[in-house]
Amino acid sequence: MRKMRVALEIEIPSDVHEIERVVELVQKECRQLKIEPEKCSLNVPVALTEALSNAILRGNREDASKYVRVRASVSKAGDMLVVDVTDEGAGFDLPASTLNCTTPENLEREDGRGLYLMQCLVDRVEQFVDGGNTVRLTVQRG
Amino acid sequence: MSFTIRKQGEIVVVDVEGQLIVGNRQELKQKVLDELEKGEKRFLIDFSQTGYIDSSGLGVLVSLSKKIREQGGELRLANLNDDLKTLFELTKLDTLFQISDSRERALESF
Repeated sequence: MRKMRVALEIEIPSDVHEIERVVELVQKECRQLKIEPEKCSLNVPVALTEALSNAILRGNREDASKYVRVRASVSKAGDMLVVDVTDEGAGFDLPASTLNCTTPENLEREDGRGLYLMQCLVDRVEQFVDGGNTVRLTVQRG
Repeated sequence: MSFTIRKQGEIVVVDVEGQLIVGNRQELKQKVLDELEKGEKRFLIDFSQTGYIDSSGLGVLVSLSKKIREQGGELRLANLNDDLKTLFELTKLDTLFQISDSRERALESF
């Protein structure tokens, strides 16, 4: 297990309008780590937006009494960013819930691209239940 | 984030400033549907001032494209930066939309 330092810890209400603010804070960490510009401008913000909107809309079902916790950690070596997004829902089966949105029958669907995009855009996506349902996004430099 | 709608000839041009994500996608959808209800048929969305788009933003574009086609119209896109091109390629939505490199070319293509 690599040594990590917590760079950001924040709790937000279950409101999708909170997402951009959190994404900006994590993007800042990403730039400070000198992670590649396209990962800072596209991969991290989109994957994190997906994780946060899933947590707010599906995990917490926009219940105003429930919160989403976000914790961003960076490796001591400074080459890896790990973001945990934890909601108060029951969790979900990541592989079973992921749809291949690029097949002809799914291409014109309005929904179903979130988990697929998350997994395309970051180095690793993990989901586990540990005092809440957590989605962990790992991004590495290089 | 904001959406600006203006007419250029017979074409409704929508500028998306900032992100197109879960928090504002309904606003874009409603603005375009309002124009469609007024009888407009040709739509161009210009992304030259757009940062990133999430899955719900992409979903709204797909949904609008379908609704506009059902009314005999067309939705085209312009000015995707490299990040947005990557997003459209990953989701294969580059095969669903006609995408131009500039607003002028997009307007000429209708």
